[in-house]
Amino acid sequence: MADNSPLLDVSNLRVAFPTRTGMAEAVRGVSFTLGREKLGIVGESGSGKSMTGRSILRLVPPPGRVSADRLAFRGEDLLAASARRMRDIRGRRIAIVMQDPKYSLNPVMTVGHQIAEAYRVHSKAGAAEAKRRALEMLAAVRIRDPERVYDRYPHEVSGGMGQRIMIAMMLIPDPDLLIADEPTSALDVTVQMQVLAILDDLCSQRGMGMIFVSHDLNLVASFCDRILIMYAGRVVESCRASELHAAQHPYTRGLLASLPRIDEPPGDLPVLSRDPAWLEG
Amino acid sequence: MTARTDTPSAGWRDWLTTDTPHSRAQARLGRAWAGWAAFRRNRLAVAGLLIVLALVVVAALAPVLAPYHPYAQDLNGRLLPPSAAHWLGTDAFGRDILSRLIHGARLTLMIVALVAATAPLAGLVIGTAAGYFGGWVDTVLMRITDIALAFPKLILALAFVAALGPGIENAVIAIAITSWPPYARIARAETLTVRRADFISAARLQGASSLRIILGHIMPLCVASLIVRTTLDMAGVILTAAGLGFLGLGAQPPLPEWGAMIASGRQYVLEQWWVAAMPGFAIFIVSLGFNLLGDGLRDVLDPKGD
Amino acid sequence: MMIDIRDLRVRFGQGVDTVTAVDGVTLSVREGESFGLVGESGSGKSTVLRAVSGLNDEWTGRIAVAGTEQGPVRQKGFYKLCQMVFQDPYGSLHPRHTVDRILAEPIAIHGLGDADARIDRVLRDVGLGPSFRFRYPHQLSGGQRQRVAIARALVLEPRVLLLDEPTSALDVSVQAEILNLLRRLRMEHGLTLVLVTHNLAVVANLCDRLAVMNRGRLVEEMSVEDLRRGAAREPYTLQLLRASQGYDRATAESFRDYA
Repeated sequence: MADNSPLLDVSNLRVAFPTRTGMAEAVRGVSFTLGREKLGIVGESGSGKSMTGRSILRLVPPPGRVSADRLAFRGEDLLAASARRMRDIRGRRIAIVMQDPKYSLNPVMTVGHQIAEAYRVHSKAGAAEAKRRALEMLAAVRIRDPERVYDRYPHEVSGGMGQRIMIAMMLIPDPDLLIADEPTSALDVTVQMQVLAILDDLCSQRGMGMIFVSHDLNLVASFCDRILIMYAGRVVESCRASELHAAQHPYTRGLLASLPRIDEPPGDLPVLSRDPAWLEG
Repeated sequence: MTARTDTPSAGWRDWLTTDTPHSRAQARLGRAWAGWAAFRRNRLAVAGLLIVLALVVVAALAPVLAPYHPYAQDLNGRLLPPSAAHWLGTDAFGRDILSRLIHGARLTLMIVALVAATAPLAGLVIGTAAGYFGGWVDTVLMRITDIALAFPKLILALAFVAALGPGIENAVIAIAITSWPPYARIARAETLTVRRADFISAARLQGASSLRIILGHIMPLCVASLIVRTTLDMAGVILTAAGLGFLGLGAQPPLPEWGAMIASGRQYVLEQWWVAAMPGFAIFIVSLGFNLLGDGLRDVLDPKGD
Repeated sequence: MMIDIRDLRVRFGQGVDTVTAVDGVTLSVREGESFGLVGESGSGKSTVLRAVSGLNDEWTGRIAVAGTEQGPVRQKGFYKLCQMVFQDPYGSLHPRHTVDRILAEPIAIHGLGDADARIDRVLRDVGLGPSFRFRYPHQLSGGQRQRVAIARALVLEPRVLLLDEPTSALDVSVQAEILNLLRRLRMEHGLTLVLVTHNLAVVANLCDRLAVMNRGRLVEEMSVEDLRRGAAREPYTLQLLRASQGYDRATAESFRDYA
């Protein structure tokens, strides 16, 4: 890759929500850089992993507040960008795929129309061109009969197909970065693997960077290049995915140990005892 | 962290807001306290509550508060404008309007209380039964509700009063009979959203009877939105009662019912405006009070926005 | 045999919209056994469980529990024998009932005395102290809620516990705690467990034997030892096993639909 500067540069990212007793921080000083790679963010519920993903696109629901020493996408400061500029970046440059496609698709528009629309908003292409691209994209996410699916409404497609359609819609403007927030958690394992294969191919073919947010350690370890492990709003450990089994932090080790495994005999699983010191380190 | 103080009130607050209550009563009070804390933050709702409480106090202490007897006529002092002797003026029979309004608060409160105690209850029973059992029970109950809903409310109330004879009790019955269907619809809708919930399935798997599930599990979840709706409807009930009174079909003279008072003042409305305007103002204040209270209760009991 | 199911069929809908959710399932679970029912969504695994529990009465075939043939509508006594724990701990507890009320309800329904002692005992049994007794569900974490749900199932001292994805809504560290709890309760109370899940690792951890379902049919039954060795006979089971071992580009390519 000729361009060696990172796609995304995040330093001391914080997300805070006002509560009755003061500000509660969901993300507390997260820093990382992302190149053209698959970065996994893993953690339990409440660890701030989803908020980290969303805050990059400034999609934190109000009254939450995002701050950072640096939050730059290809050198451009995202925190300083105007609302108009952010709209342009969202979708065209950075795409996001969420867990449940049902809430992200417009129920009264055919899926093909929505994908074509997503293309036209960013490219000013004609209707015929947009439809052609949309059909190509549906084929790219391995939908067998794109013409037929094009005219379906969201409620007429299965969960796995809905998630593929979402991915097609998010990727049709050819973004540089994809943020995938538990994109396959609602899917059956086999469908999950097929959807991941599609994401994998799109990443390697287009040189796209990806942030993959998930609670599933094994999945992230086998799918991503690099992993951040989050606990209580902080990154407690980061490592290469292939070296997750050699993780150092007691939280990571505890999580790994608490996973039941098919190849181990039945018996009590080690239970994670949380050390208050992890909150600060 | 907030600093702990050793005043007794802080002790009570800790006892109420603890995450580990030690008895049923403490858990219940703690929950009520949390609701009150949320309610208190809405200033307008507190204002509404104060208005409604004021209505209750005025009604309870009417004989003490009223400067004159509500029926005491003074034919020499007819249609006097507001003055130091008669703060809100006098009506066509020389009766003190303030005293009549204060005694009228009792009638208003009685109407409100009777309607609030009957119509939502009927709606709750019919709606939850229809929603829980479904099938033909639902069909029959909801068609009856549809029929009742299809009549214009005031016209149906008029018909009932015409059949039962004029009078405040009959007006209350008529209002109650015409206002249950919306409650039944709300209760049914709430029931439909929870009847497939796992906690209802769990109750069935405990061996709970349908009656037990409806009473103990479904109704508590419908009550919140019904209370809110009832409170918001009270303004309408007061207005309907006043409307019936105005038409001469509700409270009969010389009862100091507010609607009837407006009716008796209408022929003087251009020259002696206070005769009709003062009871109108009372209706306005009390209706507003119930509306504000209802909005506040919705925030506390029915936080669908969150 | 604790549970004996013969040729169970469940259909939903009528006319052309009829969906056969369970299509002739026969299986049996021995007393004291922990049995896993595995499959993907739409496989009918939960439908089988709901038919056994008595929640679903639209089935044909034969279901016997503890030697007694069960009809679609259950006698009250059945619920003392067989209880169920649901997947979502946020949906399975009544939001306006305290833990105390939730646990007192079954005692009241079945007219068992000594409610206070029973509630205290069962709370201790699931690892929650008496300090949890008067809390509302919103004051509990997901794992604590699931413990309350398990306590509610245990308060009637059943012999069979039906578990519908009891850990899939929980974080992995909490999942480990709940699995350990279920294992201990099974030993202490001699429970028969039927665990419905999509997670083969959970089955491997908690069960003795399992059945794999796909599209309403039973694909195969096997012991957990065979599962551990990857010794499945059916290609569908082998595919499920491969999919459970994490992402692999080549493996994902090989997946196909089994009808």
